[in-house]
Amino acid sequence: MALIEVRELTKRFGGLVAVDHVSFDVEPGTIFTIIGPNGAGKSTLFKLITGFLRPSSGKVTFEGQEVTGLAAHAIARRGIVRTFQETTIFKEMTVLENVVVAHHLRGQASAFGFFIHSPQARRDEAGFRASAERIVDQLGLGTVKREVARNLPHGYLRGLGIALAMAANPKALLLDEPFSGMNNEETDRTVEMVRGIRARGTTVLLVEHDMRAVMRISDRILVLNFGKKIAEGEPKAIQEDEAVIEAYLGREDEELGI
Amino acid sequence: MSRGLLRPLAGAGLALLALVYLVLLPVYFSHSPYILRVVSIASVLSVISLGVWLTFAIGRINIGQAAFALIGGYATAILSTRFGLSYWLCLPLSGILAALVGTVLGFGILRLRGVYFAMITLSLTEAVRLAFLNGGEFTGGASGIPIIPLPGELSLFGVVLMPSFQTVNTHLAFYYLAAALLIVTLAVVWRIGTSRLGWIFRSLQQNEDLATSIGIDIARYRVMAYAICCFFGGIGGSYFAVSQQSIYPNVFGVPDSIFFILYCFLGGLAYVAGPVVGTFILFIGFQILHPLQEYQQLIYAVLMIAIMLWLPNGLLSLRWHTRADRAELARLEGREARS
Repeated sequence: MALIEVRELTKRFGGLVAVDHVSFDVEPGTIFTIIGPNGAGKSTLFKLITGFLRPSSGKVTFEGQEVTGLAAHAIARRGIVRTFQETTIFKEMTVLENVVVAHHLRGQASAFGFFIHSPQARRDEAGFRASAERIVDQLGLGTVKREVARNLPHGYLRGLGIALAMAANPKALLLDEPFSGMNNEETDRTVEMVRGIRARGTTVLLVEHDMRAVMRISDRILVLNFGKKIAEGEPKAIQEDEAVIEAYLGREDEELGI
Repeated sequence: MSRGLLRPLAGAGLALLALVYLVLLPVYFSHSPYILRVVSIASVLSVISLGVWLTFAIGRINIGQAAFALIGGYATAILSTRFGLSYWLCLPLSGILAALVGTVLGFGILRLRGVYFAMITLSLTEAVRLAFLNGGEFTGGASGIPIIPLPGELSLFGVVLMPSFQTVNTHLAFYYLAAALLIVTLAVVWRIGTSRLGWIFRSLQQNEDLATSIGIDIARYRVMAYAICCFFGGIGGSYFAVSQQSIYPNVFGVPDSIFFILYCFLGGLAYVAGPVVGTFILFIGFQILHPLQEYQQLIYAVLMIAIMLWLPNGLLSLRWHTRADRAELARLEGREARS
């Protein structure tokens, strides 16, 4: 059974159809990438799956249970966690504090329990701390863990965003353009990071523009254009797909001599 | 002065402050009702301001706290005069009632942010005042509810925990009640700040979308913070009702809502003690300027503007630099300039 099943997912904004009856499956333990020209509806699709937008029609199923239309924090609770396109972090906290806060979903004590420092709360806190240190090291942020997030060099911000998502212990991690603005060295590091996340058992869903990274890292690729699915398959097949090439480069126009 | 000395020094400072506040001042001035009243009022205004501080902590500008102080005041008035309840029950009940109203309203208005939230809370202040003005028999109209009884005796299983306020130096009794309220409120708010709840509130303040994506139910926690804020507003209002022994619609209005915000700003929004420092300085400062009659408001306003221009982060953001600190800072800056 697929981890995530999307069926005929559609989103209309008035007359504009941003996502048009898109269907696909994401198998557990794989890296599934969604690509497409600008404005194709990739980020909208992400927001629909994670509950930040309500679909106009269609269905999203996670681990066999329908999650369409649930509140965003409830979907996060089920195990689908996203990162954001503009690097989004808690600016005024240190790296370590950021990651500890993100462990919220793993807490078992109640709000009141945390207030009075109950034994369960203390156990939770100790666990969060240890887990945060581990995640920070795994993602290569160890050297900056006491730095206030606001001061971090750009290259580390993306890693922190992913660390926050990992802290929420997701079964499916949705990365929104994780490679944007990266040079070759940073891209390599991030590719390794994402492969490591898959190796540790988390399924990864990516939206990305950087073709080289996409081809290196993906198990399966979905191509969107104008909100519609125009191709789906393994990287090799997608590279040679005519519809995909046309979408990115345009059709030959003999009259204009292009 | 090494860092090792700093902690115990701060502790000693705090102990000294407690000594002055709880022992020296009240004993020395036990027969100067004016001074006792001024410090008592400053203490309770601090309680109300600490509530506003909590809403700042979740990233909202709350100009509606006067409404909840008024609700607390009227709750105490009605519960004690119409239902004969002891003040020691009225006090917590007033806070809880204010918190309940805040919870119901909060679910609707906390979705708003920035100016929009501020505007709604401002309207709230007026709306509540008008509601009490036009409450007919129940709220006593423009003259409100007079002759609220002083707090009576509080005893449990025959042990007298609190003597009736009529039988002791009333002003002193109210002073200690105000001090107790301030200390408890400060402890609670400080504890929230250092606990996980405080971190959740901080995440709301810094990035609500991100908080949602890691599973925090932002609607629930926002309302929680707001309800706690309103609780302290209600408690403060309850104190005023019983210490003035009356309540009427104009006791807490828009100017008061604005003052609570100002107290928080002056002290510094980043510090729990901020609203307390701000309240004491501004309120007592205002009293000191009283002899200047017509210039009082003017000087006050000029002070406010000066503070906003030169100390936007509040008084507590000023640091006491030792000579060693200043030398270190200069060394680091020199190094930065060269690199």
